[in-house]
Amino acid sequence: MTQRGFDPKAQAGKIPTPARRVEVLVIGAGPAGVAAALEARAGGAEVLLIDENPVSAGLMGLDVPLYYGGRYTGAVQSKARMMEQVFAANPVLEAAFEAGIEIELGVYCWGAWVPGYGLASLPEPLAGLADEQRSWMVGFQRLVVATGARDVAFSFMGWDQPGVMGARGLQALLNTYDAFAGRRLAILGSGDLAMQTARLALDRGLEVVALIEIEDRVQGSADFLIPEVEILTGHVPVLADSGVNGVERLTVRDLATGAERTLDCDTVVQAIGLTPAVELLDVLGADLAMQPALGGHAPVSSDGVSTSLPQVRIAGDVAGVPDARAVDLVAYQQAWMRALMATTDETVIVCQCEEVTREALLAVRQPAYLGPPSAGMAAHDLGRLLDDGPANQDQIKRLTRACMGPCQARRCREQVALILACASNQPASRIPLAGYRAPVRPLPLSVLAAWDEDPVMARHWDVWFGIKGQWTPYADIGTEREALYDGLFGGDMHL
Amino acid sequence: MSGPIAKGVSVIVIGGGVTGLSAAWWLARAGVDVLVLDKGIVGWEASGRNGGGASHYHSPLFHEEQRLWPLMDDMLGYSTEYRRERVVYATTPLHHEQYQRMARMCRDIGYRVDDLDPAQVRDFVPLAGDNVVSGIHLRFGGQANPQRTVQAYAWAIQDLGGHILQHAPATRIVTSGGRVTGVETPRGTFACDHLVVAAGPQSEALLAQVGARLPLASARAEMIVTEPAPLMPVGGADGNGLYGRQTLRGNLAYGGGPHEWMAVGPSGPARRPSTPLLRNLSRRVAELLPKAANLRVIRSWAGVVENTPDGRPVLDRLDDPGNLTVATMSGVGFGLSPATGHAIRDLVLDGKCSFADLEKLSIKRFADLPDNWRETKGWVATTHEAGVAALAT
Repeated sequence: MTQRGFDPKAQAGKIPTPARRVEVLVIGAGPAGVAAALEARAGGAEVLLIDENPVSAGLMGLDVPLYYGGRYTGAVQSKARMMEQVFAANPVLEAAFEAGIEIELGVYCWGAWVPGYGLASLPEPLAGLADEQRSWMVGFQRLVVATGARDVAFSFMGWDQPGVMGARGLQALLNTYDAFAGRRLAILGSGDLAMQTARLALDRGLEVVALIEIEDRVQGSADFLIPEVEILTGHVPVLADSGVNGVERLTVRDLATGAERTLDCDTVVQAIGLTPAVELLDVLGADLAMQPALGGHAPVSSDGVSTSLPQVRIAGDVAGVPDARAVDLVAYQQAWMRALMATTDETVIVCQCEEVTREALLAVRQPAYLGPPSAGMAAHDLGRLLDDGPANQDQIKRLTRACMGPCQARRCREQVALILACASNQPASRIPLAGYRAPVRPLPLSVLAAWDEDPVMARHWDVWFGIKGQWTPYADIGTEREALYDGLFGGDMHL
Repeated sequence: MSGPIAKGVSVIVIGGGVTGLSAAWWLARAGVDVLVLDKGIVGWEASGRNGGGASHYHSPLFHEEQRLWPLMDDMLGYSTEYRRERVVYATTPLHHEQYQRMARMCRDIGYRVDDLDPAQVRDFVPLAGDNVVSGIHLRFGGQANPQRTVQAYAWAIQDLGGHILQHAPATRIVTSGGRVTGVETPRGTFACDHLVVAAGPQSEALLAQVGARLPLASARAEMIVTEPAPLMPVGGADGNGLYGRQTLRGNLAYGGGPHEWMAVGPSGPARRPSTPLLRNLSRRVAELLPKAANLRVIRSWAGVVENTPDGRPVLDRLDDPGNLTVATMSGVGFGLSPATGHAIRDLVLDGKCSFADLEKLSIKRFADLPDNWRETKGWVATTHEAGVAALAT
C-alpha cells in the first residue's frame, strides 16, 4: 500500500470553514430574489438574502453594477440615507423580514465557489461577501443567483459623457434610489424595453423627446405603444453633445436621406438590449451558453431554475431576458452595432476605462502607453489575427486592453464582441464569452483583505511552490554545497 | 499567417507556450522550417498567466536570460513591455535576512545588488509604507508582460516564415525505425525531421507514446490585479511572500501562496479556477504596498503549471528517439524563455547547448523514480479534510 504524502505548501486545509453558514443564500433582492427567498423560507429553510444596493457612489461612477451614466443626484453620496431609501423602495422586503428571512442591504457578493475540478481544497460551497469596510465568507447549502440583467452599451460620439446611460440604470435610479438627475430623455431603441422605459419616465413626470430606432419599423409590441411619444425609425444617433453638466443635445441622422436633426435632451437612455448578469455564475463554473433569444450568454438550464451545479439555482432575469416576440435579440444588437459602425467615425472610444478606440480595436493596436508601434506591430490587424484562428475576445483584450479596466468591462464587453462579429462577418452569437473572474465587483485591497486570516495560512505561505531544492544554484546541485541550502529556510530560497 | 503549411517541415514544436514559441523562434532565426502546434491559442495557459519576472539567478540559463532580455523587443520586432531591475524589500526581520542572502548569492556570481534603507526603498517604490525594514536593488533582472510577449514570439516566428497552427492538439507522435517522423492532429498529420515537445502538463502523456518518461505533476497558482496606480520608478517590487509587478499601464499584479495540485488530461485543464485565496493575496499586497490599499482589485486568475519531482527543468535531447527534444521548465518558464529557446535550438541543431551546461537537467535523473511518486509527495488533488488533518500533525 502506498504511503500517502502531504504537501504543506498546497492549499488543502487552508481555506477556512466559514464562521457563518446558511441553508439558502439568495443574491439579489429584486422581485425574483425575494420570491425565491420567501419560497425557501416557506419550506422551512434558514435564508439569508443579500442585495448590494445601495452601492457606493464610487462604484456607481464606474457604472457598476449598472450603467448609471453619471446621471444621479448627490443623494447617492450618503449610504446611510440611501439604505433607508432602498428599503422603503422595495415594500416586499418588509414581508420577507416578517417571514423570518435575514436581509442584508449594501452587501456585495464578489465571488462564489463550489468544490469541484481544481477546487478539491474548498471546504464547502462558499460565497465571498463584502460591505464598504470588510469582506467575509459565508457557507451555503443552496445558492440562488438573482442578479438580474445589465444594459448592453453602444458607442457613438459622446457616449462617454455624463447623461448617456442604460435603461436598467435609469430604472434603478428612479425606482430604487429616487436619485435621477435628468429631465428630458431621448431613448435609443423601439423594442419593448425602450417602450417600457418611456412609460416609466412619463409616469415619473419626465419628458421623453423621442425614441430612436435604426430599423425601418418599430420593434416593440403594439401593447406598449405610447401615442404621444415620437419614434424616429430609420435613424441613428451620431453625436451626444455635452456641456459642463453632460449631455445637452442628441444629433440623429436619417439613414435613408442623411438628414440630421438635433433633439434637446439631458439624457440619452440606451434601451437596445439587456444581457443576463452572469458573472457570478461564470466564476462558479456553471455552464453558460449563447442564447440569442435570451439576450446573450445565459445559464444552461432545463427549467429556468436549475443550473449545471446542483447547489446553484437561478431566479429572474439572470436566467435570460426574452423579448415578448422571442426574436434573436443578439442579431438586433448586432444590427445596431453595424449601423453605428457605418455612421460613427472609427476614432470613437469603445472601452472607456482603457480609452481604446474602435480603430485601435480593429487594428489590434498596442496601447498608447507603449508609444508608437514597431513596423511589425503596425502590420498586424484583426484580419491577420483571424487568419490564425477564430475571433477570441480574451485574446484581443490582452493585446489592445479593451475590457481590461476597473469597470470590469461592464460598459464594453458586449459591444466589443459585436464589433468583432461585424468586422469578421459572422453572427455575434459565435463570439465566445470573454470570461469573468472574481472579484466580480471591483473592491479595494483593504476591503477584500483577509485581516482575519487563519495562522495556518501564514505558517506555510511561500512565494512559489516551496519545492525543496528548486532554487538551489545550478552550480551547487549535486555538490556538497547543496546541503547548505537545505539548511537555509528549510531549503526554500523564496519565502 | 505566412503561407500554406507544407505536409512536412524540418522541426515541429508541440506546445505554443512561451518555451515552445521561443524554441521555434530561435530555430526560425537559424533558417529552419518550423511548425508550432497548439491545442488552442498561443500562450493561453501558464505562459500568459504569470508574474512576468525575469531574474532567475539560480538557473544555468541565467546569464543568457540577462543578456537577452534588454535586446528582446528589437530582436522580436514587438514590444514585450520589458522593464529592467527589481527592488526586493523586507517588512520583517526574517525577510531581511533572506533577502540579504539572496543579494550575496547574486553578488557571488558577478551581478550588482545595492542595499537600500527604508527611505531609499520608498523612493523606488512610492507605494511602500512605514513598515519597510530594508531592501535590495537588483541592478539586473526585470519583468515583462507575458501576454504581449507570447504573441510577440508567435508573430516573430511568422515574420521569419515559420508556421503556427492553433486549435491543433497533437494526438499522436508518429515514429518509424526508432525515429519520430511526424505528428498527428485533428487538422492533419505533419511530417518532421525533429520534434520538440514543450507541451506543459500534456508532455508526460505525449512522451509516454514513444516510451520516454517525463514525470510531471500539475497545479494551479493564483494572482490578483488591481486598477492602475501612478507608475513607480521600479515596476518590479517584491516582498512579503509575493511575486509580481506594476505593469506599464500601472496595474499591480501579484501572486504567491498555496497552489492546488490537479489532474490534467490530454486536452489540458478543464478549468482554471481562482479561489478565495484572493483575500489572502489582497492582504499581502496591502501590507507590501500600504499606499495602494485603497486600490480596487479588478481581476484574479489562475495558471496551471507542471512540475518535475525536483522542481527543476528538463532540457534534454533524448537518446531514443534521437530526434526528439524535451523541454519543461517546471513552473519557472516565462522569464527564462529567451535563453531556453536558444538552448533548445542548440540541442536540436548541434546536439549540445553552446552557452551553458545542461547535464543536470537531463530526463535520465528520473529513471528510477517509483510510479507512485506523486502520491508519496502528496502532489495530488487533496481535500480540505485531509489537509486539515495533515496540517494538525
